[in-house]
Amino acid sequence: MTTANNTAKKGGFLAGTANYLDERVGVAGILKTFGRKVFPDHWSFMLGEVALYSFLVLLLSGTFLTFFFQPAMTPVVYDGIYGPLKGAHMSVAYASTIDISFEVRGGLLMRQVHHWAALLFVASAGLHMLRVFFTGAFRKPREINWVVGFALFVLGMGGGFTGYSLPDDLLSGNGLRIIDGMLKGVPVIGSWISSLLFGGEFPGENIVARLYSLHIMLIPALILVFIAIHLFMVVIHKHTHYSGAGKRDDNVVGYPLAPVYVAKAGGFFFIVFGVIMLVAATFTINPVWNYGGYDPSPVSAGTQPDWYIGWLDGALRLTPSHLEFEAGGYTYSMNVLLPMIVGVLFLVVVALYPFIEAWVTGDKREHHVLDRPRNAPTRTAIGAAGVVFYAVLWAGAATDLIATNFKMSLNQVLTTLQISLIVLPVLAYIITKRLALSLQRKDREIVLHGRESGRIVRLPHGEFIEVHEEIDEYTRYKLVDFVNYEPIMARPNARGKITIRGRIRASMSSWFFEDRVTPVTPAELEASHKQGKELH
Amino acid sequence: MAMKKLKNARRSPWAAVAAIAAGLIITGSGYAAATASTPAEAGSAYTADQVDAGHKLFLSNCASCHGKNAEGTANAPSLIGVGAASVLFQVETGRMPGQASGPQLQVKPVQFKQADIDSLAAWVSSLAPGPAAPSAEYLATKGNASRGGEIFRINCAMCHNAVGAGGALTGGKYAPPLTHTSAAHIYEAMITGPQNMPVFSNSNLSLKDKTDVITYLQEVQTNPSIGGYDLGNLGPVVEGLFAWIFMLGGLVLITMWLGAKSN
Repeated sequence: MTTANNTAKKGGFLAGTANYLDERVGVAGILKTFGRKVFPDHWSFMLGEVALYSFLVLLLSGTFLTFFFQPAMTPVVYDGIYGPLKGAHMSVAYASTIDISFEVRGGLLMRQVHHWAALLFVASAGLHMLRVFFTGAFRKPREINWVVGFALFVLGMGGGFTGYSLPDDLLSGNGLRIIDGMLKGVPVIGSWISSLLFGGEFPGENIVARLYSLHIMLIPALILVFIAIHLFMVVIHKHTHYSGAGKRDDNVVGYPLAPVYVAKAGGFFFIVFGVIMLVAATFTINPVWNYGGYDPSPVSAGTQPDWYIGWLDGALRLTPSHLEFEAGGYTYSMNVLLPMIVGVLFLVVVALYPFIEAWVTGDKREHHVLDRPRNAPTRTAIGAAGVVFYAVLWAGAATDLIATNFKMSLNQVLTTLQISLIVLPVLAYIITKRLALSLQRKDREIVLHGRESGRIVRLPHGEFIEVHEEIDEYTRYKLVDFVNYEPIMARPNARGKITIRGRIRASMSSWFFEDRVTPVTPAELEASHKQGKELH
Repeated sequence: MAMKKLKNARRSPWAAVAAIAAGLIITGSGYAAATASTPAEAGSAYTADQVDAGHKLFLSNCASCHGKNAEGTANAPSLIGVGAASVLFQVETGRMPGQASGPQLQVKPVQFKQADIDSLAAWVSSLAPGPAAPSAEYLATKGNASRGGEIFRINCAMCHNAVGAGGALTGGKYAPPLTHTSAAHIYEAMITGPQNMPVFSNSNLSLKDKTDVITYLQEVQTNPSIGGYDLGNLGPVVEGLFAWIFMLGGLVLITMWLGAKSN
């Protein structure tokens, strides 16, 4: 009794609390292992954090909104304080959204916080994915975590779309109408899926309540679970780091989580929160009171989805019409099916890319040092082509705005984008691959012959040379630290046959690695130095 | 005998032609009588001096395209029967006189003094009856904004956007934004259907409907954006760009600052 009192008094309140917790739940052990987790320092490692923090903001603001939002489509006559809608017929859902905006204290701010945070959540998750892709952070042992992250991105899109549809205004109703049309475009079972979702013919009286259940329960719960798995795997795998002297595949160079990163990350949370609040307080987003309640007859010009669904809307707009045909008594509307197929294929390739690349390279080693994008030219080129493909589809969702704001013909914008969708990714692939290879050659040149110093020297026999300064060891380490993959040959198996699988793999491998620049070996460096000395 | 003659006449091939002609004349003149009754207030509002002045202005400024008698040419339509409302809308918004041929006439600084525009309207409306300038009672924006909003969304939003921010049409044509359009011009546009816009006659949208639409649009124009700066009211595309460029872009700059090595 007395000893317990003494320890508590000696260290004051903080130490006392720490001691109390340690004796009961073993906090010291957890902190020791967790607090010493090393986290490398680089700005691009914080993009995922932005997504995490905006999700926290989404949870907080979303909870506030659920206190006041009523997900019912019962028709009412508006009698609130917003004049231009007085006496209008609308659904309870829309009326309660208007009430949140105008009659709930802080409601409009919270709506705007929630919506801006949603845009930021998906955007930062996307940028984080690009960082992971272009640095090769998805390689063994992180392939599964890539898939988890991919699932988070898709869930983010789902959460966003269900939220976008809740206010039951004209804009969200137009969006749902497109979903209804796409579902009905599925051959044979389309109309059944649509009536299952909407509880009858569109729009029905159920869809808002159903989307609400998904939006506030299932999707956030799944996102939370996947975030937990995502972060847990980061702890298991340890963080990756960029190449540099002393950075290897069996270590992590950085600062410990506690106290440095706890402070940094904690501070960063408030910065992200602050940016969202600042934007939400000064810029309006989705002013639903302007759009009026949903009515299936009007469709507004300039109707678009939120940005993360934009690429799918763009795919719909860019697909040529009149592509439908009939077979076996069913109509196949390819103008709806084709964009759906392309969209799903694109997502599948993104999800499976780590496995595809692992199979092509045949590399079973663990990788904890990140690639510089130039050192994986084919992957970087594939990534660039993918980004351009996505971007053209994305621009496709804004064809009308591009046409009116840049004074162009809508038809020409559409045709240009249709051609761009096919041509630009190919161009992006070729240009990026050539750029990456050239940069690698430049690196090689620098390692072998040093940097151009700009100092011109005249030799005794009259020749002019530029003095090249040798680079220091740390820089050199960075320039030569990458894996030199070589194309795999198709070899006969135990029964002496070359399988089709083997052939495909060999051809993919030569596609990936036929054009390559090898890292400078110590022998080459030695030879180059010798040669240099003889010359001087 | 006479009966038989009549019967034969009914069977003659000319009987059908005569019957169709009679039907057309009756419905046509009936329709003309019905439609002509709407712009009844036209004509008397202008003096003979204005008509003369307008004719001179027309000959020197408009006749090269519209023809000396406003009968129209290959480059421009006939103005006989378009009424004062059409002239006021086209000239007061700067669309006429047109600057260059293209998919659509552009809004530009007004080219005439108000008195001259009125004279032009006087001359054109003297050619044949047509939609007249709106009387002030329809422009007073005393209608029902909520009802006007509903009418606007059903009839106008597919081209002009739900908040009147404008939208694209085919082949470089567009529905202009209504964010700065005056009540009179909205009325005149509805009654005359300039360029690609359909005519909303009084049998289509009654005068009360028109007043409500005008009230709604004026309300949208004068009400400040409630939730902060409105980013042009162009919808999610602009919001998405803003989130990417300014929010995420700003945060990336902050991560660079946080990730920078301290000296």
